[in-house]
Amino acid sequence: MWYELSKEFIYNTIGLEGKLADASHFFIYDTVKIWFLLLSIIFAVSFLRTWVNTEYVRAHLQGKSALYGHVGASLFGIITPFCSCSAIPLFLGFIQARIPIGVTFSYLISAPMNNEIAIAMLFGLFGFKVTVMYIGFGLLVSILGGYFIGKMGMEKEILMDVKPINAKLEADLVRFSMKERAKEAWDYTYDIFKKIYLYVLIGVGVGAWIHGYIPTDLIARYTGEGNPFAVIIAVIMGIPMYSNAAGVMPLVEVLTSKGMLLGTALSFMMAVTALSLPEALILKKIISLKLIGIFFGIVGSGIIAIGYLFNAIL
Amino acid sequence: MKIEVLGTGCAKCAALENVVKEAVAKSGKFAQIEKVDDMMTIMEYQVVSTPGLVIDGKVVSTGKVLSVDDVVALIND
Repeated sequence: MWYELSKEFIYNTIGLEGKLADASHFFIYDTVKIWFLLLSIIFAVSFLRTWVNTEYVRAHLQGKSALYGHVGASLFGIITPFCSCSAIPLFLGFIQARIPIGVTFSYLISAPMNNEIAIAMLFGLFGFKVTVMYIGFGLLVSILGGYFIGKMGMEKEILMDVKPINAKLEADLVRFSMKERAKEAWDYTYDIFKKIYLYVLIGVGVGAWIHGYIPTDLIARYTGEGNPFAVIIAVIMGIPMYSNAAGVMPLVEVLTSKGMLLGTALSFMMAVTALSLPEALILKKIISLKLIGIFFGIVGSGIIAIGYLFNAIL
Repeated sequence: MKIEVLGTGCAKCAALENVVKEAVAKSGKFAQIEKVDDMMTIMEYQVVSTPGLVIDGKVVSTGKVLSVDDVVALIND
């Protein structure tokens, strides 16, 4: 409905024609659609999050089996908020509760990858199926990545002496009235939206320009089947882009519609969210460069493997 | 009354500290505000997500920047 309405507005009310009309229609249609979806999905996710906080996750994972730990930590990563600025207390707090280092990494991979902005953007731009694939394969990377890091015996790579607590931590869900939860979710949503709406606008704007002006075969040659290294290049390019997921994803969508393979797009988006340079710099204060290297290496190769696998199947 | 803001120098932690200052002024109570950035102390309070807010030794909030009114309510509790 919104598609026809915005089309009517551009072509008949304003009276634009040709490529310019095409690009402006795409721009208005996409921006408004994504803004709307961002608001509703971030609200829904942050509403659900008012039940669980990181302290609860830690208490819940304490003393659990390795398998339960990896799977549980990865799943909790979806529904808890994550800010790379609290990576240090989180990491040390988990170790303090004697949660294995591999399980801690499962959480550290899953939480930023499944952040609400990425999920909302994916859903808005690529639809339900791709979003589910992204979450599913993201879980796989965080479960296996954490498992491998745990197997490598990296405990000595933690640069800080953590005194473990032996007592059983108590796990309480956050108690709030529905009204308080809704208010908190809305405050959070508004806060996030204020920070990213401009990036979305710019991202969709550049996307609209590509959509209207750059020929399809050019994009297909560099990002499609014509380039066997596309996945690897995409992952490396994704590392410094964490804070701009909202602006980058509209571009990826346009590139995909013009011949970039979906596996390459998925790998790129996973690299944007899971491999973040600021997070690595923060973690460097408490774990060795070697462990950070291993962390990036394992997650990076997992993401690259998924990209190639996807491109081969689809 | 002693209010501690737990956090290792992130933007949200500074934001919460400012909120607390404003809330104390608004509540009219006398309170000592302290910014805690020592990791070991934060861990002793069992806080995993910063910023954390501690009033008289009790953790009342973690992982978020509260509003001034929320903090005033916590102070008056």
